Amino acid sequence: MTTPEPFGPTPEIAVDAGSRRLRFVLARLRLVWRSFRSGGGTFLESQMGRLSLFIIIVYALMAVAHPILMASVWDPATYDPVTGYSFDQVEQPAPPSWKHPLGTDPLGRDVLSQLLYSTRSEFVLGITAALVTVTIATFVGAVAAYYGRVVDAFFMRLADLMIALPAISLLIVLSALFPLNLFYLALIIGVLSGFGGTAIILKSQALSIKVKPFIEAARVAGGGHFHIIFVHIIPHLLPLALLYMMFTVTSAIFAEAVLSFLGLLDLRMSWGIMIHTANTGGYLLGGTRYWWLIVPAGASITLLCSAFYLAGRALDEVVNPRLRQRND
Amino acid sequence: MESASNIPETPNAPATGTDASDDGPLLAVHGLTKLFPVGGSPFRKPSSFIHAVDDVSFQLGHGESLGLVGESGCGKTTVGKLLVKLLEPTDGKILFRFAGDPVDTETGAPWDPAAMRGRQLRSFRRRVQMIFQDPYESMNPRRTIYDIISEPLSVQGMGDVQYRVDRVLEILTLVGLTPAGAFLFRHPHELSGGQRQRVAIARALVIRPSFVVADEPTSMLDVSSRTGVMSLMQDLASELGVAYLYVTHDLAVARYMCHRIAVMYLGKVVELAETEELLRNPLHPYTKALLSAVPLPDPGSRREPPDIRGDLATPIDPPTRCRFYERCPAATAHCLNHPHPLLEEKSPGHLVACYEV
Repeated sequence: MTTPEPFGPTPEIAVDAGSRRLRFVLARLRLVWRSFRSGGGTFLESQMGRLSLFIIIVYALMAVAHPILMASVWDPATYDPVTGYSFDQVEQPAPPSWKHPLGTDPLGRDVLSQLLYSTRSEFVLGITAALVTVTIATFVGAVAAYYGRVVDAFFMRLADLMIALPAISLLIVLSALFPLNLFYLALIIGVLSGFGGTAIILKSQALSIKVKPFIEAARVAGGGHFHIIFVHIIPHLLPLALLYMMFTVTSAIFAEAVLSFLGLLDLRMSWGIMIHTANTGGYLLGGTRYWWLIVPAGASITLLCSAFYLAGRALDEVVNPRLRQRND
Repeated sequence: MESASNIPETPNAPATGTDASDDGPLLAVHGLTKLFPVGGSPFRKPSSFIHAVDDVSFQLGHGESLGLVGESGCGKTTVGKLLVKLLEPTDGKILFRFAGDPVDTETGAPWDPAAMRGRQLRSFRRRVQMIFQDPYESMNPRRTIYDIISEPLSVQGMGDVQYRVDRVLEILTLVGLTPAGAFLFRHPHELSGGQRQRVAIARALVIRPSFVVADEPTSMLDVSSRTGVMSLMQDLASELGVAYLYVTHDLAVARYMCHRIAVMYLGKVVELAETEELLRNPLHPYTKALLSAVPLPDPGSRREPPDIRGDLATPIDPPTRCRFYERCPAATAHCLNHPHPLLEEKSPGHLVACYEV
């Protein structure tokens, strides 16, 4: 372009280019850190947030502890969660003892080892399912809201279908058709939730963003559909998406427990399988006499599910300004 | 005319059609019409239409600023949005001839926003920008001032980060937000209303457009920052050679900012003239009423209330007769039985749409 240079020299920028770029990057990082800290502060201010974070950290440490214990103090022949056998017990299942803090199961395997071993796969399952859900739901919500009309109608009817499908029954049918492993389970739960309810919620949020004047301003600036969806709409959906990620973790762990209990999953060990083992041996109906077969796994499912749910509720307070308590 | 005397004088003399490096004005609008359907569904045709903009024609010279004046709901903002292609016209033609490249390189004809797609549209966006009415809502609250101002540059792929930072610092200094470096990483909510409006202006001008639609850029500001923003826009116009379409309901603002003023009523332009001519010698009854409604800074003065009746009529499927008929003090049987009058030149450069003038 040959337009004359109407801008005079700027006195502000006398620094050399390299150090200016560095300052530029540092200023960006500071901004990210600042918003992270203020959000995290609100999260930790709530009882729910602190409690959920505590439980999640405890379980995460348990998941980390298992391979370390197996490598150091636990003899694989005795303590392997699937193939181990405790020879020094007279009868199986044996009640808690110093050697087996949570006793052994009907097949002579250490319950604590099973519990710790399963924790890791529960985390992997829950987080994979949640990531799949949020990725699909954010994209579907933003696209449906932005384009409207046919695209919107298609995705919303699809969401209705997903909600109408009874998820557990569907998973039972699918597990009969082909062996479901952890990854497929996570994928299916993620798809069901991602195209279903979560997509509707994120779409309604996207609709309220779409009509803001800054979307028009971006269009006048020359931004295409792609630019507007990814730069202006999706960042506004992410807090809500994070919130629903937490709820998906809960439902994924729960679905895994149900399917494992029914013996339909192709897993080595999980909390659901632990209860399944107790059930097939006939110990589930024995009341509290064989509590160590049921309570550790059952309580873990309950605790971890509630922890992620509470984390979601606490995040809701961070994300949703209406719920935030004003104490400043 | 007496009623205009309280409006401050135009500081710089109107200069229409300056630096016209080619034939024809910057912008020519012919019969621009925008109808919004009322009701209707994918399976049923809408029963009626809102006539937001109805057969509007005007021209705008290079570097000229035209004020679009009228009450709320008369279609001023719709005209602005049609010109920057935020809305598609139902009918009519918009043609741009930018200084330097009067014709679209791909079609060889003057730039026609209605036919533009993809790359062509993007290079059109480089020449035509808009300043939005509400500085609180027209910026993404999650982005920094740097992000907001550099957005036109980055979506157009102009320069690298280094270049964009320089340009943003330049324009921030130019709009009076100094030291510019201190503003780069602020968020919009950390600025005052006046500062935000300056950011909005900076954003529209950073890409150096030839034409800017300013949609009531001062209406959300308090009076003290209003004059500052207005004189800033004027300085930038003379410095960068930008032409403005200045949408406002405030005649004083229009007088201060604009070379010519077009008065709109219910989707129609009813009077179009040079600013001083329009204010001193209004011909259309509606313009006269508008001018007589401007408050006088004299508590002792008494004057007749404007002699128009009733309220703004509904723009949904209006009758074909003169739009102003119901409220007009000069209406006759001729007005009732004839269609809306055409915009005619009653004296040199002074266009009025009225049978009784």
